[in-house]
Amino acid sequence: MTPALEVSGLRKSYGAVAALSGVSFRVGEGTIVGLLGPNGAGKTTTVSIICSLLPADGGEVLVDGAPLAGDTDRAKGRLGLVPQELALYDELTADDNLRFFGALQGLEGARLSSRIDDVLRLAGLADRRRDRVRTFSGGMKRRLNLAAGLLHDPKVLLLDEPTAGVDPQSRNAIFESLEALRAAGKAILYTTHYMEEAERLCDRVVIVDHGRVVANGTAEELGRLLPAASGPELDAEARAAVALLSARGIAVPGVDGGKPRLEEVFLHLTGHALRDDR
Amino acid sequence: MKQALAIVRHELKLFLSDPRSVVVGIVTPILLATFFGFLFSGQGRHEAAKIPVLVADADGSAVSSAVVAGLAADPLLAVTQATEAAAREAVRKGKAVAAVVLPVGFGEGSVRAFFGASKAPEIVLLVDPSRATEAGLVRGLLSEKVFRESSREAFGGSSGTTVLQESLRNLEADPAPATPERETLEQLLRDVTRWKESTTGGQGGAATQTRGPGSAAPFTLKEEPVTARRGVTYNSYAHSFAGMGIQFLLFVALDFGIAFLLERQGGIWKRLRAAPLSRSSLLAGKATAGALVGLISVGATFAFGIVVLGVRIQGSIPGFLLILVSSALMASSFGLLLAALGKTPGATRGLSILAILLLVMLGGGWVPAFVFPEWLRTATLVLPTRWAIDGLDAVTWRGAGLVAGALPAAAVLFGYAALFLLVARLRFRWTDG
Repeated sequence: MTPALEVSGLRKSYGAVAALSGVSFRVGEGTIVGLLGPNGAGKTTTVSIICSLLPADGGEVLVDGAPLAGDTDRAKGRLGLVPQELALYDELTADDNLRFFGALQGLEGARLSSRIDDVLRLAGLADRRRDRVRTFSGGMKRRLNLAAGLLHDPKVLLLDEPTAGVDPQSRNAIFESLEALRAAGKAILYTTHYMEEAERLCDRVVIVDHGRVVANGTAEELGRLLPAASGPELDAEARAAVALLSARGIAVPGVDGGKPRLEEVFLHLTGHALRDDR
Repeated sequence: MKQALAIVRHELKLFLSDPRSVVVGIVTPILLATFFGFLFSGQGRHEAAKIPVLVADADGSAVSSAVVAGLAADPLLAVTQATEAAAREAVRKGKAVAAVVLPVGFGEGSVRAFFGASKAPEIVLLVDPSRATEAGLVRGLLSEKVFRESSREAFGGSSGTTVLQESLRNLEADPAPATPERETLEQLLRDVTRWKESTTGGQGGAATQTRGPGSAAPFTLKEEPVTARRGVTYNSYAHSFAGMGIQFLLFVALDFGIAFLLERQGGIWKRLRAAPLSRSSLLAGKATAGALVGLISVGATFAFGIVVLGVRIQGSIPGFLLILVSSALMASSFGLLLAALGKTPGATRGLSILAILLLVMLGGGWVPAFVFPEWLRTATLVLPTRWAIDGLDAVTWRGAGLVAGALPAAAVLFGYAALFLLVARLRFRWTDG
């Protein structure tokens, strides 16, 4: 079956610096794929190339099996981008924002109004549609940011750190929305720094570092990448304690009943050295 | 105290690290002060102050020809001869500051008037009302020339002798009772006649600049401001509203450009580029929106001038609207060009304010372009602001029509709009990274 989004062999350099050196992965319908990596690993470059904000030096992006052809390719409408920044006009109402972004995607009339109703409902903002965005809390803005990316009912959703700086309630609301979208068959690429988000949401995780994919699989598959000796040696008492905690739903990193946390895998693959943005 | 000093140090560091602050706070006042100082210092005046003046000499007498020659020889004037109708049209269009109309019979009449023998002839001085200072200078120079040439003819020319004798005969034949004033005038005429005979043997011809003692003015001057039509008075607000209207049109466009840069810094730019939208459509949409907002700005400015201050569009109303539309489009394209060339909103704003102030100043928006040196007056014709302001002047108080007054300016402004859009399209950083 053709994946909704297929990235193969993406390459991109900024002068002598290679940002991407052959990044490949797939996102199927009804799945959420987490794209993880340290700062400067190439996540944002990958997302920018996928949605045509940046040309690739090599490689291919296929949406529904077909490459995107130019600025005006209507197939771009199959992609929905939710940028990391709050891409909203503060001085306009939620409704006005959505009308503008919907119009950019070619929506109009009753279809546009209907879609605005749908996404506002999904974001839990239906009762605030006439309010100016500047009166919204950070969490409400994040939800509206997500709603704007969904307006044209894209098949593939690209989310770049969509929960940065939001309160737990709004984060949970966003997670529930994404789970509903996955259930509706959307293919979702989810970029985040929060490992627990990836663990909760993602069916698969792609870890990139230095412009390369260093791991690609389910959380369980990635856990197997840890060396067997990476966990602490436990005596019988300790193993019993871990089992007790595990039974009560309390995880112990690295020794959680043999299930390593994603963060351990991430640090194991990308190292402990500090990374700064390029 | 230490905290206060830390704040001072911090603020100074911030100021110096921001190019906008440096440009707005230091470079702009230096440039503007230097420019205005140069304009009004008189430097370059020898090349600057040739005031274009037309002369319509309907008399063709020795006196009128001498007056024309005197005006032409003056280093402050650039004199051209023309018919009265052509001269009037040139002043109306702003191509000449003033036009001197010397009527038929001016030469003889001025000499007669000198000795009170007849009513003084009337010289008509057609002036551009927006250039009152220069027109005043022309008036003064004209008076000097006419007095000089009339007195020269009166005291040295053959017609002066004839008029003297005729005037004396008329006085002596007048049956009215003698008055002290009349006796003084008779004595004066006899003395002048004797003086002329002693200096020229009664033949005349010796040039003198001596003014006639007790003589009357040899002419009267009728000054007529040339506006759209006779009876239409000049409203100085028309020019100031044109200048300020264009200036704030550009500021509105700057705000549009800055907003575009801010969109780029935020995620809205990503949404715009991720949508199935061509680059040309994106720029065209932005340019049109900017132009419409600019039109509202300049339209409201002129509406106030019209309703409250009596500014009138004496020329072509379609021409006026055409210039507003083309100016608004030029300005919005300029805003997009700033967005294309600028890197950050802060730095772009500082440099753009400087650019706009220079464009408006050199375009004649603050002080009329005629005060510029000749070379600068010519050089500023490459600026769109000059065409916009001159075009608005033409169709408002000068009363110019659509074809002659508005179309050339509108064509230049549309051309600049296209050029700015093209450069913006080419120079815009369309991709991230």
